[in-house]
Amino acid sequence: MTFRARHLLGIEHLAPEEIRAVLDLSEKYVDLNRRTVKQGDALQGLTQINMFFENSTRTQASFELAGKRLGADVMNMSVAHSSVKKGETLIDTALTLNAMHPDLLVVRHPSSGAVNLLASKVNCAVLNAGDGRHEHPTQALLDALTIRRAKGRIQRLTVAICGDIAHSRVARSNLILLGKMENRVRLIAPPTLMPAGVGEFGCELFDDMREGLKGADVVMMLRLQRERMDGGFIPSEREYYHRYGLDAEKLAFAKEDAIVMHPGPMNRGVEIDGDLADDINRSVIQDQVEMGVAVRMACMDLLARNLRAERGAKAVGVMV
Amino acid sequence: MTLHLINARLIDPENLTDSEGSLTIENGQIAALNGPAPKGATILDCQGHCLAPGIVDLGVKVGEPGERHKESFRSAGLAAAAGGVTTLIARPDTLPAIDTPEGLEFVTRRAAEASPVRIRHMAALTKGRAGREMVEVGFLLDAGAIAFTDCDHVVTDTKVLSRAMVYAKSLGALIMGHPQDPGLSSGAAATSGKFASLRGLPGVSPMAERMGLDRDLSLIEMTGVRYHFDQITTARALPPLERAKKNGFDVTAGTSIHHLTLNEFDVGDYRTFFKVKPPLRSETDRLAMVEAVGLGLIDIISSMHTPQDEESKRLPYEEAASGAVALETFLPAAMRLYHAGQLTLPQLFRAMALNPAKRLGLPQGRLAIGSPADLVLFDPDAPFVLDRFKLKSKSKNTPFDGHRMEGRVLRTFVGGVQVFGAEG
Repeated sequence: MTFRARHLLGIEHLAPEEIRAVLDLSEKYVDLNRRTVKQGDALQGLTQINMFFENSTRTQASFELAGKRLGADVMNMSVAHSSVKKGETLIDTALTLNAMHPDLLVVRHPSSGAVNLLASKVNCAVLNAGDGRHEHPTQALLDALTIRRAKGRIQRLTVAICGDIAHSRVARSNLILLGKMENRVRLIAPPTLMPAGVGEFGCELFDDMREGLKGADVVMMLRLQRERMDGGFIPSEREYYHRYGLDAEKLAFAKEDAIVMHPGPMNRGVEIDGDLADDINRSVIQDQVEMGVAVRMACMDLLARNLRAERGAKAVGVMV
Repeated sequence: MTLHLINARLIDPENLTDSEGSLTIENGQIAALNGPAPKGATILDCQGHCLAPGIVDLGVKVGEPGERHKESFRSAGLAAAAGGVTTLIARPDTLPAIDTPEGLEFVTRRAAEASPVRIRHMAALTKGRAGREMVEVGFLLDAGAIAFTDCDHVVTDTKVLSRAMVYAKSLGALIMGHPQDPGLSSGAAATSGKFASLRGLPGVSPMAERMGLDRDLSLIEMTGVRYHFDQITTARALPPLERAKKNGFDVTAGTSIHHLTLNEFDVGDYRTFFKVKPPLRSETDRLAMVEAVGLGLIDIISSMHTPQDEESKRLPYEEAASGAVALETFLPAAMRLYHAGQLTLPQLFRAMALNPAKRLGLPQGRLAIGSPADLVLFDPDAPFVLDRFKLKSKSKNTPFDGHRMEGRVLRTFVGGVQVFGAEG
């Protein structure tokens, strides 16, 4: 068994062979998902709770579908507006849920590290569906799968990540994953949206987008949050689009067969040109969504196997 | 009663000496050094362990009034005695803040009846630590305020601050400030850099400290006030501090034991017990601070003891409260610097006892004839593993939980009376 993790909290804790194991298993689920009858049984009898402390439509739907297709009992808890408002702490919410004996807990939280904290208090496998500006591991894994399918490999590629790096958990997970798989990572952002010290992670940093895109195999755009647009970090939406929005002219600096990615939801005309996003020859944005379900199925399957092995071992008194 | 301590390793921070000898205590004072045993004196064999002036800890948070469940004068005093702290200088950042003579009288009375060690109190500089109106500096001085500080609240209005400084100057009062630019550091939970970026935590540039320092130095030059910077933690703040001292400003600077012994990477996987204010710095900064203490550029090391209950720490890192308890871990943590060969014992006690006493006009902190017999007897080499639940503080939020440490306090004396340690 190459995948040994108990939780999926971040790419940081995964070894390259674990990443490969997830991607390989995901391929099988991509095939399953394309059949008319999409039913697996890897999570049969298990309970999956999706706990989103931050609003999300796409990620939550993706996790829900992934769980259901593998036979889990899935429950969605939108905590953004309920108990937290009543003053209950994260730990109490976690302990309450833990008492209901879930097997898989999918958590999104606005604070960095909150999912790690929660994982230390519960008995089930925890999947990080995004914590603050820390990590979003399933997004990086689905991006890796998308790249591997489009490019035939997930190493020795030049990947440009462009946009609001500072506030992006997607960027953080991706640059860690791409680094672990031995790719060249370039970060392109206005200096106000570039995190400090990130050069020490072994990435190349650019504030000129054309320069940064030169020779890139993959162009990964990030979403720019509306609240950051007005004068705080960048002067205006239109200046941002002019300098950092991806259009055909800027994309021409990348390799001829470079693919364009975006984790969604997109701001057309802010970070990416609408026509380009829809160009099926360049854009793999729809593939990313498809891969997302498969990758989440694979992650939950692998974690459930480890969970079952651990519980089985405990039942017969074997040290694990 | 006369007590004669023999076979002691005397740590004298005034003369920077570390030598074998004996010490005689009479009437609560140090009566003799290396003298003969007086008739009828009780003899205590120190067995070669270190005897140093008790620690004078500038800037301890006690939870009275308002947060007595986190720390009371009783629990703080017991913790201090166990940690070799013989004079504890309490902070006014309580609920409500100590900003009136009446409030000061209350805490003075509470401390006197509950604590086995000496406790002195600082008062807020502005009412409610809100940075708008100065407190009754004169009345508070009369009531025993030893210094004035708004603690980690920076007085942003420089007009208010400069007037408070001018007024304090006329009365000879000492002001303690927190060098930090509040705009640049707002919302930060870590020092900006590789670690903060890796963990996705909002960071503050180390430059924010120097900006705060520079601003305060300008006002000090303008007003001539006696001023102490509570915590200098970054290398970039040292050159302007050095210049100010050379130019003859009446300034001193402190740092915390945590910034001397831990760095930002110790936070690891969002361990909130390592969340302090200002946030832990880079290893380069830490080493620069250790060197500055050795050179005497940083005058004072404080524990910055800040008790927090479990609820305020068991939260996501950004939301968790700042601060760490340190009264009992202060000395063993300082021994790390001694064992690493970075600072000598007399240098450490100069910063932990002599300098704070001198700055505050207290007679403590010295191994000199006629000084109060506030002493700590400790074994700098005794190893142990710290168990936070054995701490005497009501709050157990120490970053050193489970750490291997060296340095145990054996006995603590306040005014010649043993307040901690074995019987007899």
